[in-house]
Amino acid sequence: MGSSLDTFFQQVFNGLVLGSLYALIALGYTMVYGIVNLINFAHGDVLMVGALTAFSAITLTQALAPGIPGWALMLMGMLAAIPVCVLLSLLIERVAYRPLRNAPRLAPLITAIGVSILLQTLAMLIWGRNYLTFPQLLSSEPIAIGPATATVTKLLVIVLSAIIMVALLLLVQYTRLGRAMRATAENARVAALMGVNPNGVIAATFAIGAALAAIAGVMYASLYSVAHFYMGFIPGLKAFTAAVLGGIGNIPGAMLGGVLLGLIEALGAGYIDQISNGVFGSNYQDVFAFIVLCAVLILRPSGLLGERVADRS
Amino acid sequence: MRRDLVLNVRGLCKRFGGLQALQEVGMSIERGQIYGLIGPNGAGKTTFFNVVTGLVRPDTGTFELDGRAYEPTSVHRVAAAGIARTFQNIRLFADMTALENVMVGRHVRTHCGALASVLRTSAVRAEEEQIRQRSHDLLRYVGIDRLGHLQARTLSYGDQRRLEIARALATDPKLLALDEPAAGMNATEKIELRRLLERIRTDGITILLIEHDVKLIMGLCDQVTVLDEGRIIKEGSPAQVQHDPAVIEAYLGRAHASA
Amino acid sequence: MSSAPRSTEEHRRAALRATALLALVLLVLPLAAQWLGPAWVRTLAFAALYVMLALGLNIVVGFAGLLDLGYIAFYAVGAYTYALLASPHLTENFPSISQAFPGGLHVPIWASIPLGAAIAAGFGVLLGAPVLKLRGDYLAIVTLGFGEIVRIFLNNLNEPINLTNGPQGITLIDPVRIGQLRFDHTISVLGLQLTSLQLYYYLFTALAVLCVLVCVRLQNSRIGRAWMAIREDEIAAKAMGINVRNIKLLAFGLGATFGGVSGSMFAAFQGFVSPESFSLMESVIVLSMIVLGGLGHIPGVILGAVMLSVFPEFLRYSVGPLQTQLFGRTVVDTEVLRMLLYGVALVVIMLYRPKGLWPAPQHGVAPRSTPPSAARSQADA
Repeated sequence: MGSSLDTFFQQVFNGLVLGSLYALIALGYTMVYGIVNLINFAHGDVLMVGALTAFSAITLTQALAPGIPGWALMLMGMLAAIPVCVLLSLLIERVAYRPLRNAPRLAPLITAIGVSILLQTLAMLIWGRNYLTFPQLLSSEPIAIGPATATVTKLLVIVLSAIIMVALLLLVQYTRLGRAMRATAENARVAALMGVNPNGVIAATFAIGAALAAIAGVMYASLYSVAHFYMGFIPGLKAFTAAVLGGIGNIPGAMLGGVLLGLIEALGAGYIDQISNGVFGSNYQDVFAFIVLCAVLILRPSGLLGERVADRS
Repeated sequence: MRRDLVLNVRGLCKRFGGLQALQEVGMSIERGQIYGLIGPNGAGKTTFFNVVTGLVRPDTGTFELDGRAYEPTSVHRVAAAGIARTFQNIRLFADMTALENVMVGRHVRTHCGALASVLRTSAVRAEEEQIRQRSHDLLRYVGIDRLGHLQARTLSYGDQRRLEIARALATDPKLLALDEPAAGMNATEKIELRRLLERIRTDGITILLIEHDVKLIMGLCDQVTVLDEGRIIKEGSPAQVQHDPAVIEAYLGRAHASA
Repeated sequence: MSSAPRSTEEHRRAALRATALLALVLLVLPLAAQWLGPAWVRTLAFAALYVMLALGLNIVVGFAGLLDLGYIAFYAVGAYTYALLASPHLTENFPSISQAFPGGLHVPIWASIPLGAAIAAGFGVLLGAPVLKLRGDYLAIVTLGFGEIVRIFLNNLNEPINLTNGPQGITLIDPVRIGQLRFDHTISVLGLQLTSLQLYYYLFTALAVLCVLVCVRLQNSRIGRAWMAIREDEIAAKAMGINVRNIKLLAFGLGATFGGVSGSMFAAFQGFVSPESFSLMESVIVLSMIVLGGLGHIPGVILGAVMLSVFPEFLRYSVGPLQTQLFGRTVVDTEVLRMLLYGVALVVIMLYRPKGLWPAPQHGVAPRSTPPSAARSQADA
């Protein structure tokens, strides 16, 4: 019995790691949806660009200056990835989404799908179609956290995500930009009358989301030691599920939804594997997220903490 | 005395969060009447419409259409039962032609399905011809038959309102519920609208009307209910209502503008 | 008043001429293409297949306005159903079946196609029933998720019972057989030697023509108008007595049926199915075809399907060798070019020509020369 409790804790820990990543990515979806009522289909691919940019930066630096320690490389990777993703995201918003802000609902979604494909194509052209091995930057020595085993990378994911999320909450709650974001999310027209520049606020929202995605991308690639052009699709979809689970547009909701989804996935995959004697194993892990998605949208579309979507009257 | 009621609503209450939108509202519309529902902005008139037609679920209330009780939970079932409505903000099928808009109105009274349509059976062809003919007749009835082939979005405002009425009539309703049909019309158009509504009444359809134009209401309606802040403040003939002090206060005392 | 309508007799004659010309072109096309190379005939056959798929998705997205991003799942269901019914897979893996069918499982097409269609339609209804009430973008994501779920199951249902043979897929699928004629051989028809590819082309084109007919009749029917009404304004449609949920379900189921039929044909044509062929990208490809061509407009949809299935092949045969000439090697893989094409199509069309290359012609603009009330008094007189 002790070992099954150990397994439980291990799964919970794994779930927290996964969930932290989902939360970071979900924030990008939820903030954008809250402010412009758009599912930014390309968000997962921004993550992918971040991971691949970091990959290039890191491998290049490793080749030029081999002595640099892993943590510095990782930091450098993130610092390289963030501006690339932010600029990319701003470009996409300006060119592909802004002109369609008043178009019928489906138009921006279709465009977003197109953008997603373009990003994947871009990645294929630059980095090729093969799976690239993301270098192991931090020590992979197991660290015991109670009955669970962790690595530095996994701990970093949880800690860094937590710090970022707190910072974001503070930003949204106490800064001028945060107030402007909340106001525009509630009613853009009225916010504009109060002197808020909606285009600027929307751009800032996309930028923040992109930065989070860049960081999440680097960590995701570090965790799984792989990066390739299609890596953004599944985490993107799952993170969107997390955003909906928590309540779309709702920032604490995205955080809660992300962590919850990570836990559901880790525990679910582990136990279904046991219960079905290996029939439905970890290769069905992705299905869990989809099932959660369908269940939430059908049974409780407003999510756990409630939607916060722009007033479109 | 048993009245022949087309619509009988009793005890309708609806709350939206902190706002009591409708409180103990009732209405009895006799067959062949033109019944008016008036009140200052925000009184709850459109909410009443939305509840009766099934768009919004009431908290309490009993509803009878043509003597038969109904639950206003499903919009399309209410329409099938015999209440057709128009909308305050005109909800036409903008990219479809005027004729097609009215033809959609015939959907609920026709029944050819997908398979029959694909096979183009003689029944389908006959029904399509009927639908087309009836729709054209309705366009002529409201006076826009020359515009049948034009996209609904290109019609003038007044013509769009007429089209909406034609489309509602296509469903062969027992009760025609019109939400501010005269909004935005000039004096000539209002006279024509009045003539149209009287003609509809003569042809046996009962009408429930939300309107802000006092002259139109007074000249047209047999009975009027005045709503203010979710409550009925007066029911009666136009003459009775017009001179009621509570009604006057509701409109003027709090400086509510009328259309 | 707008222009007087041309006489229906003139219309009919013009339409007949156009149809005859088109039929001639379609009949001769594979014979001409064969001269360019069998690969081109194959492209034409696939074009016809994509036309069917596009028409099916058009019912869902174009007519009824429901964005389905998992449409390829129905194609997959149709393909795998046919594959299971007409290949050695089931008999090899399930002794009970091999006993029941000692000669092997070779269900003829007049049974396997309807079965594939029916099962696909069943999936459509099953999926549609709970999700069609969702708003547009949520519906898109849920259907996307469903498409992925189907693909994951197809990829993994080789244990504990080997239903789909996992990532390896199902091979040795029977070709189409009409009577004694097998479509994987060259057959002599009216003195002409028709290759297997050409035979499939004719079959698929005939099916595509049938699909067009079905779509045209549906579009101009009571159901078609109901779909359009729902697409325009769902609440107003309900207020007119339309049972929106059922009508949406009908669109979904019909679209799924088209997908199922196409899928069966694909399995027979290819002789082999695997989960790889049924990814999200395939759903997006079909979507880009109808968006490019003209959402909701049947000729436009056909144009989009033909363009986006033929053009990439054209690229492959021109850009590939061109690159080798210019750069000595392939700089840009034609697969990547193909994807690029679809992405660009979606974005550019949505931004600059959202109604597609060949949208439905707008009905006339209301005459502004006479004031409305004067025009009406003319009409009333």
